[in-house]
Amino acid sequence: MKLNKSKGWLYLLPALITLGAFLVYPLIDVFIYSFQEDFMTASQEYTGIGFGNFSYVLKDPDFLQALQNTLILVCITVPLSTGIALLISLGLSSIKRLRGLFQTLYFLPYVCNTLALGMVFMLLFNKTSDANVGFINNIIEAFGGTAIDFINGPYWAKMFVLCFYTIWVVMPFKVLILTSSIASVKDDYYNAAKVDGTSKWRMFRKITLPMISPSMFYLIITGFIGAFKAYSDAVSIFGSNLNASGMNTIVGYVYDMLYSEGGGYPSYASAAAIILFIIVLTITCINLIISKKHVHY
Amino acid sequence: MKTKIDYKKIERTAAIKSNTASAITYVLLTVWGLFVLFPFYWMLLTSVKDYGEYSSEIIPKLYTIHPVLDNYGNAFTAEPLFNYIFNTLIFTIVTTALMLLVTVFAAFAFARLNFRGKGFVFVVFLSLMMIPSELVVITNFVTITNLELRNTFTGLILPSVTSVFYIYLLKENFAQVPDELYYAAKVDGTKDMKYLYKVLIPICKPTVVTITILKVIECWNAYVWPRLITNDKAYYLVSNGIQAIRESGLGRDNIPAMMAAVTVVTIPLIVLFLIFRTKIMAGVARGGTKG
Amino acid sequence: MKVVFENLTKAYPSRDKKKGGEVIAVNNFSFEIPDGKLIGLLGPSGCGKSTTLHLLSGLQKPTNGRIYFGEDDVTDVPAENRGVGLVFQNYALYPHLTVMENIIFPLQNRKGKDKLKKEEMHEMARETAKLVQIEELLYRKPNELSGGQQQRVAIARALVKKPSILLLDEPLSNLDARLRLQTREEIKRIQEQTKVTTIFVTHDQEEAMSISDLIIVMKDGVVHQIGAPQEVYDNPNNLFVATFLGTPPINLFKGKIENNKVYIGDNAILNTNVEDVSEVTVAIRPEGFLPVENGSFSCNLQRVEVMGRDISVIAEHECCEKPSFRAIVRSENLISLNGNTVSFDVLPHKVFVFNPNTGDRII
Repeated sequence: MKLNKSKGWLYLLPALITLGAFLVYPLIDVFIYSFQEDFMTASQEYTGIGFGNFSYVLKDPDFLQALQNTLILVCITVPLSTGIALLISLGLSSIKRLRGLFQTLYFLPYVCNTLALGMVFMLLFNKTSDANVGFINNIIEAFGGTAIDFINGPYWAKMFVLCFYTIWVVMPFKVLILTSSIASVKDDYYNAAKVDGTSKWRMFRKITLPMISPSMFYLIITGFIGAFKAYSDAVSIFGSNLNASGMNTIVGYVYDMLYSEGGGYPSYASAAAIILFIIVLTITCINLIISKKHVHY
Repeated sequence: MKTKIDYKKIERTAAIKSNTASAITYVLLTVWGLFVLFPFYWMLLTSVKDYGEYSSEIIPKLYTIHPVLDNYGNAFTAEPLFNYIFNTLIFTIVTTALMLLVTVFAAFAFARLNFRGKGFVFVVFLSLMMIPSELVVITNFVTITNLELRNTFTGLILPSVTSVFYIYLLKENFAQVPDELYYAAKVDGTKDMKYLYKVLIPICKPTVVTITILKVIECWNAYVWPRLITNDKAYYLVSNGIQAIRESGLGRDNIPAMMAAVTVVTIPLIVLFLIFRTKIMAGVARGGTKG
Repeated sequence: MKVVFENLTKAYPSRDKKKGGEVIAVNNFSFEIPDGKLIGLLGPSGCGKSTTLHLLSGLQKPTNGRIYFGEDDVTDVPAENRGVGLVFQNYALYPHLTVMENIIFPLQNRKGKDKLKKEEMHEMARETAKLVQIEELLYRKPNELSGGQQQRVAIARALVKKPSILLLDEPLSNLDARLRLQTREEIKRIQEQTKVTTIFVTHDQEEAMSISDLIIVMKDGVVHQIGAPQEVYDNPNNLFVATFLGTPPINLFKGKIENNKVYIGDNAILNTNVEDVSEVTVAIRPEGFLPVENGSFSCNLQRVEVMGRDISVIAEHECCEKPSFRAIVRSENLISLNGNTVSFDVLPHKVFVFNPNTGDRII
């Protein structure tokens, strides 16, 4: 009988050990790191305990740049991608023929390596000084514009490419979720509305939208979280030295602080990670409060 | 006398309206489809362009008359691409297998076994789901470095074998299987292990397949952790390999060969997706977020 | 409003792509429904009842034939202009709207000069809610209501726009047995009060018989009989109608007609003037048996079940199509049953004779 009692723990053991070592302990540790001032990796020594790491990070121009980039990225890509995904899903749900084909096609980027495909985007938006001009710049020139260096050029151009690629990458998931959510609205509701002479627009506003509102808010919340954690998209387009190109993100800043040419500062990295965590937590809470009011049933 | 309304006419205008609407829908959907496909096309196209031809094009052409496969050869010889793919395969298979083992056992314990402290542990598990990986990666990096496990498969794999979310997903599914089946098995003298893989897993196969697929995609595309933990090319996974190729190798002087490398790392998952597309899409719709 | 179906046919492309071809849900349907009546559309599942209802509402268009509301040909009129109220089997109440919002939903669709003020709509909704007795539930959400209450809300939503025809799809199938009895009385009352032509679909013959002014019996997309419930019960057109109506079901025997007599086995049970037929199906309603000494129809007695007012006599006969058959006898008519045999006289108006192959009525 005694064996029986402990059997449960036995089955849990592998999960408990790995989680303890790689999730619980690090979680505690990251807070400790973030308060240890002037921590030296080599000697494992620190000079004091306090908010020094946080104030350093918050004054670091690299961090402020990363914060700004991340905020712009979030504010542009979350509403745009959700909106476009809604339009596409509505379109998909209104057709019968070729629907499966379109759905499969739209989902393709989800399974692909973000790093690899980012390189294709880099190529498309490229403007190299010598011979080759990227495809997008070809089009711009064909319409009489001047080529823009999207990869190494002005800030807004780089931001545009980053947003563009981010939207392209997150779209498959959103379209999939919304299409299946729209499909789950029963036909009877639409039939009932049709017999009552309801216009298409009213059907959308009064039936479809409220019924898919839980999925919409799910997408908005996960969209915010995902966009705040943006990193590898930026690396794939601008290369791994993001501080140099001025396109770093908060997560990128954390990793760079931890390990790169200028790295080796786990304390600063921890402080930045905790700042990010607090921002994401706040935004998620705000989202949840808003969704309580607007999401139906 | 009621005024007669020409319903036929109403019908006809309605039909025209809805036909136009559906035509516009198809056009827009096709445009988005091209939008999604174009980068893939560009990748394939560039990868089969002759290096000389590509370099001499001031304006890149939208097609090529003489596709060549040389770039693929160049990509494999100039870079240890085969090595990257092999590493990623090992990483993906071992991580997914270990993850399945850990997840199935933990889910079984939560769903079927009774032991003291189960409720508490499960609540702790649930709250662990909210922890972003960015928070813990710092200490993990230090831990793995201190254990001198950098540039080893152990170091690559260990931190990602347990996923709280997958345990939760599978536990919910296990719990839906009626208790009677378990008691019936007990009465027949079936061992827990046998019940687990003869009854529970077959019944919950869709969820098991789902988490396997999600984990495979996640592993194949992993970038951040491998980048931190490996700086020896012999242990690079495809993401890091590609990044290295771009920054120090072919990316500088042989774009078609770089695109060949990009194609090689992209194709396996696309093929996998096309084979299992309904399962993958259903799985992601049920419980997936990217990465 | 009077409703006329004229040679109505609805065919779907077959789901089985390999076979191809079409599935005919409704086949060459013609009938007339008088104004202001409660009509039950009755048939086993998959017989095309729901398709008929959708054709009426305009949600589906017929492949062939015409539909008239009164004198107007509405075949090409889209659903929103037909002015029908439709109650769905699962009610299709909008879960995110309150009962009030659900009921005024159809009214809010009106545009232009038909547009209503908010107070008018609320007044109309309240009136309708009163009719179906849900005034006190107006500000609740559908998921806070019981099945029966949801049903009433759905009826109110269909009635609020004063439809010329009210259609109900399996209105009682989602309710428990006790509520079913109550709700069907309710539907009858509402129909009588509003006098709107009401058509409801059901597979339950008892339901249809109990409240309909007229029943339409369907099978496989074909109308088998139209008439007042009692008339259809007493005078079925064919074997299907005879077997589909009545609980307990009608008893079937193999028989023949010889020398102006109907035989079951060796027993001549009925006189007739029909010519000889070597093979017929004789159908006798359970209440058509009268146990007597030395009756014309003798059988082996199996058991007797006493159910209060009525008594069931379960007996066997070699010609019966089932192992046993059931006779329902009023207790005052019961003679003492001893031994292994029982004999009956049969009541001629409870006996129908059919062609066993085509199902057509012979007597």
